Amino acid sequence: MKPKVAFYWCASCGGCEEAVLDLGEDVLPVLEAVEIVFWPVALDWKREDVEALPDGSLAAAFINGAIRTSEQEEMVRLLRRKAQLVFAVGACAQLGGIPGLANLFDREEILEQVYVRVPSVVNPEGIKPSCRWSDGGRQLELPEFWEGVRTLAQVVEVDYALPGCPPTPALLADAVQRLLNGTLPERGSVLAPDHALCQDCPRQASKPDSLVVREFKRPHQAWIDPERCMLAQGFLCLGPATRSGCGARCIHGNMPCTGCFGPTGRVRDFGAKALSGLASIVASQDEKELENIFRGIPDPAGTFYRYSLPSLIGSRKAQS
Amino acid sequence: MKQLADNRAESSNGFEPKIVGFFCNWCTYLAADLAGTSRLHYAPNVRVVRVMCSGRVDPQFVLEAFAKGADGVLIGGCHPGDCHYQEGNYKALRRYVLLRRLLEQLGVEPGRFRLEWISASEGERLRAVINEMVEQVRALGPFRGFNRLPVKLAQLHGQKECSKEPASVETVEL
Repeated sequence: MKPKVAFYWCASCGGCEEAVLDLGEDVLPVLEAVEIVFWPVALDWKREDVEALPDGSLAAAFINGAIRTSEQEEMVRLLRRKAQLVFAVGACAQLGGIPGLANLFDREEILEQVYVRVPSVVNPEGIKPSCRWSDGGRQLELPEFWEGVRTLAQVVEVDYALPGCPPTPALLADAVQRLLNGTLPERGSVLAPDHALCQDCPRQASKPDSLVVREFKRPHQAWIDPERCMLAQGFLCLGPATRSGCGARCIHGNMPCTGCFGPTGRVRDFGAKALSGLASIVASQDEKELENIFRGIPDPAGTFYRYSLPSLIGSRKAQS
Repeated sequence: MKQLADNRAESSNGFEPKIVGFFCNWCTYLAADLAGTSRLHYAPNVRVVRVMCSGRVDPQFVLEAFAKGADGVLIGGCHPGDCHYQEGNYKALRRYVLLRRLLEQLGVEPGRFRLEWISASEGERLRAVINEMVEQVRALGPFRGFNRLPVKLAQLHGQKECSKEPASVETVEL
């Protein structure tokens, strides 16, 4: 019998599902080898079908997206019970991702902004989503929108993480292959190389021996030399702090790294460490001048924690 | 002034700021030593962690201190030009300038995070800085966790319109 697997999405954009499709024809041998029993984006199985499965009967559940609603939490708890292995797929599941930036605002502010303040919204009664609503004698129920965004590992035990926004099809195929061969590494591993992107950067040779930064520019503000080290040109690139494994896709597209692969194994807090490394190579010893140079980074939280705010030290601890 | 008075009232209710001090082995730590041998009296609110250089203070340490319940963090290093390792204090300064902006975004008031140059001979200055910072943090009140982060969940649960709550809520002990 073929091993059963499930795919699920939580607070995410669908890009990780795209990564599965981007396997192209390589997806065919995968479909030969496993039986997909649940995949809301593509197949019409229902939650009841998953509930009917015996506990532990899935070889693996591949879950992308962060956890924001009660429904997402219930679903991942259900999948955790049914699956022997849980894979956190993509930056949102692993670190909180872009949806995690919502943790800079509280729940009420978000609902107020989205359902009332946005200029394109017409909502004279100021109706906001609520869990229960009755209309013409019919009762409607909606999932609760929790106060904060959590990573998958902050809700259920996670066995492996596939980093990236989204993970590359190659990493995904490799993970499935390892699952089938029984060659997965130690539980808790991140399934990508454990060194920084700079080491694999196509522009590595152009990195000066002593890297100093005199200003920070953003990609829309200046022409980017497609051959030279981004940091040497003054573009804020998080390559020095970010795990490799992406194939330097952004660099090949002439854009600096924004850190979606998260930290390497020896770092606890990606944002703090990225900030530390970047700040220390700025060529100034004067507080006022430094303040000026750092104006080139208008949003430090959104820059250094773009994909990892819910993983900030002091956010909820991961459950064990 | 009213706020200050309120906070005084709170302090009489027992709020004593906890401040974590990361002091450089070659200067500020010796200044603390000097303050001690000189029998200077100053606020006992700083828990000192000796580091070999202010440049050793990883921003992760600062976040960790706040996450574990510090109300303030003070980094003490050598004056510019005096670093035992040539430029560790400049690296500390660069990180500090950017980190304090990040911390502000996370809801940490500026008075809670400070970098000061205090040499081995400046026991008196150490006393002044600590006393000043303790009063500042006292006025700010206890640090309640990174603002707007899920840590706040626990405080908000009572006000929810729905009875459903996350099946497990772990908050950081503050």
